[in-house]
Amino acid sequence: MLKFLFTVIRRDVLLAGRRRGDWLTAQFFFVMVVSLFPLGVGPEPGMLRIIGPGVVWVAALLASLLSLERMFADDYRDGTLEHMLLSPYPNTLLTLGKAIAHWIINGIPLLLIAPLLGIQFNLPTEALRMLVLSLAIGTPILSLLGSIGAALTLGLRGGGALVTLLILPLYVPALIFGAGAVEGVLSGTGSEAHLSLLGAFLMVSLLLAPWVSAMALKVSVE
Amino acid sequence: MLSAHGLACERGERLLFKNVGFELGRGEVLWVRGGNGHGKTSLLRILCGLSVPAAGWVNWRNLPIRTAHGQYGREMAYVGHANGIKDDLTPMENLRIAAALDGRVLDGAAAMAALDQVGLSRCVDLPARVLSFGQRRRVALASLMTAGALLWILDEPLTGLDVDGVVMVERMIRDHVVAGGMAVMTTHQPLALDGLTPQTLSVGE
Repeated sequence: MLKFLFTVIRRDVLLAGRRRGDWLTAQFFFVMVVSLFPLGVGPEPGMLRIIGPGVVWVAALLASLLSLERMFADDYRDGTLEHMLLSPYPNTLLTLGKAIAHWIINGIPLLLIAPLLGIQFNLPTEALRMLVLSLAIGTPILSLLGSIGAALTLGLRGGGALVTLLILPLYVPALIFGAGAVEGVLSGTGSEAHLSLLGAFLMVSLLLAPWVSAMALKVSVE
Repeated sequence: MLSAHGLACERGERLLFKNVGFELGRGEVLWVRGGNGHGKTSLLRILCGLSVPAAGWVNWRNLPIRTAHGQYGREMAYVGHANGIKDDLTPMENLRIAAALDGRVLDGAAAMAALDQVGLSRCVDLPARVLSFGQRRRVALASLMTAGALLWILDEPLTGLDVDGVVMVERMIRDHVVAGGMAVMTTHQPLALDGLTPQTLSVGE
């Protein structure tokens, strides 16, 4: 069982390595969107510090959405998805593996770039540390919930826009608690509550999302 | 072993077929026949468990295939219209990853032997992207051979293959069935499986 999970993850990471262009698009998108704000809003440090956490978090949501559509679509097109669904293991493991792979490919790079981008917003070290921590808990949620949207819209024309409409509302709690944790550090009110809620949200997504997207996948493939 | 009873399939309000049933045991071949759009592919997808029939059931070793998902997944191999291989991976990687996803370990030598058998020994290290359609079909067939499955479900396995390829597939199926395997297949071309008479099943007429 675990071996199957690791095989799915390794396979997706290997494939992403072979198609680096696709993979880098979402990362560059993240960097661009975040960097546009200081240019547009102006270099007023106090203002930037207030909007910083929210901007980085919103950009992370959008960058994650950008790469979601391909989570199952490529495999669906060349028939490998059918083979994986017919494998002797539960389909929930397949969708869980796919979500984890999506996080490794798209989530971890965001974590690594985020502190650099945070500096543009004049965030202090403490807040930068909290930004990375909140993203580390939050981005797996984005991949897990996103897998539901990717599975539901599989094979539909204009699926990309539909994923956005379906999934963005589900991302809202992650955005509120994630950005809230960083703001808590900035305002000195503490961020434990935000982090706990974010962690709880991660646990719920981890339990439910693979199961829901496996069901959605079965319907879409049929 | 494989039995289907009273299968019906609907596609967008239209009834493609109903009351389709058969029994298939070891060492037997089922040839599904019917014109374009009569539901051959739909029937095969129902048989391998990708689609749910509008009515009827499919059993494997006397258990519904949904219940026996794990065992059925190990003992059944499906080759559909799409080849099920990744363009960015080499044929060798494709075979080994497909095996790992099925929970099997396929060593390099065994994969090489299978690729050699389908005539791809010179393309082992090329990404599948640069192979021709027929060659990619051959990779899918090599993957089928290494799967070690008891039941083969083949949807138009001869598409895109040259004359040698067709002979090769006929020999593959024949050897598999003579050794006690089972096959369900569709094809529009006549099939020469010397010594074997396939059961035929017509759908949608």
